[in-house]
Amino acid sequence: MSVLTPTRGVRAIDRINPVAKLAAALLLAAVLVLTIDWVSAAVALACEMLLFLWAGLTLRVFLWRTALVWLAAPSTGITTLLYGQASGQEYWSFGLIQVTDGSIDLALATTLRVLAIGLPAVVLFITVDPTDLADGLGQVVHLPARFVLGGLAALRMVGLFIEDWRALGLARRARGVADGAVLRRLGNQTFALLVLSIRRGSKLATAMEARGFGAPIQRTWARSSTFGLREWSLIGIGLMIAVLAVMISVSTGNWNFVFA
Amino acid sequence: MLVGATRGGASVDARDWGWRHSGRRRWAVSELSLRIEPGERILLLGASGSGKSTLLHALAGVLGGDEEGEQRGTLRVNGAEPGNAKGQVGLVLQDPDSQVILARVGDDVAFGCENIGVPRGEIWRRVQDALEMVGLDVPVGHPTSALSGGQKQRLALAGVLAMQPGLLLLDEPTANLDPVGVREVRESVARVLAHTDSTFIVIEHRVEIWKDLVDRVIVLGADGGVLADGSPSDVLLAQGVALTASGVWVPGVPHTLPIRPPRETGQPTLLSTNSLAIARTRDCVVAENIDLEVPEACALLITGPNGAGKSTLALTLAGLLRPAAGRVVASGALAAGAGSDPIRWKSRQLLSRVGTVFQDPEHQFVAGTVRAELAVGPRALGLSDALLHRRVDDLLERLRLDHLAEANPFTLSGGEKRRLSVATVLATQPRLLVLDEPTFGQDFRTWQEIVALLRDLLDAGTAIVAVSHDADFVAAVADREFRVEGRGSKYDLSAVLP
Amino acid sequence: MHATTSSLKQSAPAGATKRNFRWRVVDIVVASVIGVASGVIFLVWNQASNPLSGLLSPLLPGLSALLGGGWLFAGVLGGLIIRKPGAALYTELLAAVVSTLIGNQWGPLTLVSGLVQGLGAELVFALFLYTNYRLYVVLLAGAGAGLAMAINDLVLWYPGSASAFATIYIVSAIISGVVIAGLLSWFAARGLARTGALNRFAAGRIAGRTAI
Repeated sequence: MSVLTPTRGVRAIDRINPVAKLAAALLLAAVLVLTIDWVSAAVALACEMLLFLWAGLTLRVFLWRTALVWLAAPSTGITTLLYGQASGQEYWSFGLIQVTDGSIDLALATTLRVLAIGLPAVVLFITVDPTDLADGLGQVVHLPARFVLGGLAALRMVGLFIEDWRALGLARRARGVADGAVLRRLGNQTFALLVLSIRRGSKLATAMEARGFGAPIQRTWARSSTFGLREWSLIGIGLMIAVLAVMISVSTGNWNFVFA
Repeated sequence: MLVGATRGGASVDARDWGWRHSGRRRWAVSELSLRIEPGERILLLGASGSGKSTLLHALAGVLGGDEEGEQRGTLRVNGAEPGNAKGQVGLVLQDPDSQVILARVGDDVAFGCENIGVPRGEIWRRVQDALEMVGLDVPVGHPTSALSGGQKQRLALAGVLAMQPGLLLLDEPTANLDPVGVREVRESVARVLAHTDSTFIVIEHRVEIWKDLVDRVIVLGADGGVLADGSPSDVLLAQGVALTASGVWVPGVPHTLPIRPPRETGQPTLLSTNSLAIARTRDCVVAENIDLEVPEACALLITGPNGAGKSTLALTLAGLLRPAAGRVVASGALAAGAGSDPIRWKSRQLLSRVGTVFQDPEHQFVAGTVRAELAVGPRALGLSDALLHRRVDDLLERLRLDHLAEANPFTLSGGEKRRLSVATVLATQPRLLVLDEPTFGQDFRTWQEIVALLRDLLDAGTAIVAVSHDADFVAAVADREFRVEGRGSKYDLSAVLP
Repeated sequence: MHATTSSLKQSAPAGATKRNFRWRVVDIVVASVIGVASGVIFLVWNQASNPLSGLLSPLLPGLSALLGGGWLFAGVLGGLIIRKPGAALYTELLAAVVSTLIGNQWGPLTLVSGLVQGLGAELVFALFLYTNYRLYVVLLAGAGAGLAMAINDLVLWYPGSASAFATIYIVSAIISGVVIAGLLSWFAARGLARTGALNRFAAGRIAGRTAI
């Protein structure tokens, strides 16, 4: 998991500025949510699938990391199938449930759309190193450095949170309060984790402040974050997929603007 | 040229200085007046609550502004308000884990330089120099999460040195380290002090570590002001007794507990293992083929290097972690009808059989007040109210917690938390007590109390398994020692010679 | 006491501190820690929510929004503890970033959700000028986050849904926001203050004063 351990590979995809990955994924998503039709989503998905071949992931890693998307897509689709706007022939109805031609189309479109938006994001973000992302957000996007670096430093504590969580669980068993009442125990454990993490956070803040963090001085950056041809190419690819999806969808008469 | 040599030492001036945290009635520091010349090396001592840490935090400019407290008198570093002197003062804190800021070693050291606006090329030169000076010989891309405690503290030191401070402050830098880590940090600091003329102030309970590196000792009074100030030998001679009483480990002052010879073998076995392999998480076996016995009324000390699996072994024996292979077998006397596999016992069944004191007391707190915390175990056992109250009151008194009965456990001091964590376990009177580093980071007074208490328990027939790096502690309570050397290691099951 | 020259104010009663809207380092770092910890809880929730919503949906369509509170508490808790402008927005957004980086089914749109949900809570705190953090304000902030989430979800994920579904979805989201994000956060903050973990914050000093 790239959040827990630094990952900085040597392949092209590893070296692209994370800001570009974020921008490309957001751009594609922003266009795809404008319409709810199966053609645009299917075109985008097909293009993405081709590109995934170059992402350098084995099939096993790809499926493992994207499993959640594959599960969520049909479940969102089923909700739409049952409760989507009714139109055309009705096949089944029960209470508020109405399965119609219209809801079937919408369900298919929703399922494909979740895949088309979710999959590329997961693939792109697997290779994002949080430090690089923070450098990019601070130097390229020029977000306030204090917040970017504060967030980055906190991110490093995820590993500690997980260790704490384990120890808290064992300790609850040792204290004789781990039998039954799962929800209550989880609540108590979550609260304890919150206490420990806020204390660690306060100490971390002191340590950071002791190193001049937050001083009213123009800070410098030890690592440079650049935005060049490679980055613009990735965004270009995202844009091309989006444009292609829209063009085919409009030309086949399937375009279905969500705000219409 | 090495880092730090470029900026001279800073002076410190305090005049009737005091600080009170917001929302508190008591002043953390009051009426403090002292002068520290550039380049002096100082050990700062004082009872807990004398405001040592507050002073160091103030010098580093990290106490916060008006919002967090109020100030009296003046405090100056090189004649200026400390808050404006960022980069000029470097502070290393106690907890290694909470001081690592970034994911890679080089980035972490560079962090301070970035904040004070050092140009990029210069930053990496300083990073190299600082890492060299503290002797942290790892690549700059090395993940900080893979460092040991001692390495993390040296990393923090390097991060501070890279800012080239004129005043170097260490707030109990070795309190959370094992002996190897303590040695590493001390050596690093010695090298730094030999190469720079920075002014240096360190707080530590264990005087021995720093005695030879400082030329002046200042003792803060519990009620404000300076209690003693002078050369190490003079101050320790004049104040040794008072310092010992307030919890400081003064060199040459041994503990006052009688020598306890290891108990003869021959007691009935309470718990044993059978080709046991231990793992923290599944698939991650840290040691295997462990065969050991824990006899009644005996103390088994688990020792060994970092990461060898000492805590994992203790938690497995305590019925909290599942054996990766082999078995932990409870004798009939210990199991008392609950089956011979502790890991299969219900959480409630553990209470009267095996009690576990965790390394970090905060992990085991589950209630809102000290009194309620002590009642958790007895209540889960279904004791009558009368018996429960008697036990709780008894423990409150025995462990000097009665004045804190209504306080929230998380608000206690380090020593109080440790005593409470032991008390919560004693409340259910388990036959076997498992402790993970019970003396870690404790001052001299708490240390003696814990040793005395454990000896009483042993005399009363309780068996003890304890993990410890603390050689004095091992010598003081162990009947047997079990050394874990990591995977595939051999261990020896011999009585420890006093 | 003979306090001499001091550049700071001399003897204001302890605890009576001026309201200061500038973020201190400790505000930023602790808000970040709350955001990251919440993000980790989101991960658990992302996985648990699928089967749970499968159980709820057959009861009444749109009822699955009752689970939404599990993604809304970050902003309310952050706003309530930090008490600075932007705190709710920042913590919720950061939690969404963590959830996105580790990977979830919604991809980069998680960031949009985080932004919108954080804004929902933020607006309520802003409406009370960042000075009122009583229970009803916190519950309202939860409701604000819930409403924002519902609007966002209906536009992005259920665009073709019938109006009955939309209504139930919105009402469920608000209820969830009030109970899980609002009430639970309020209790959590009160408990945290008692443990002394919030001593460096106004939130901790006001609520925890009796303990000191």
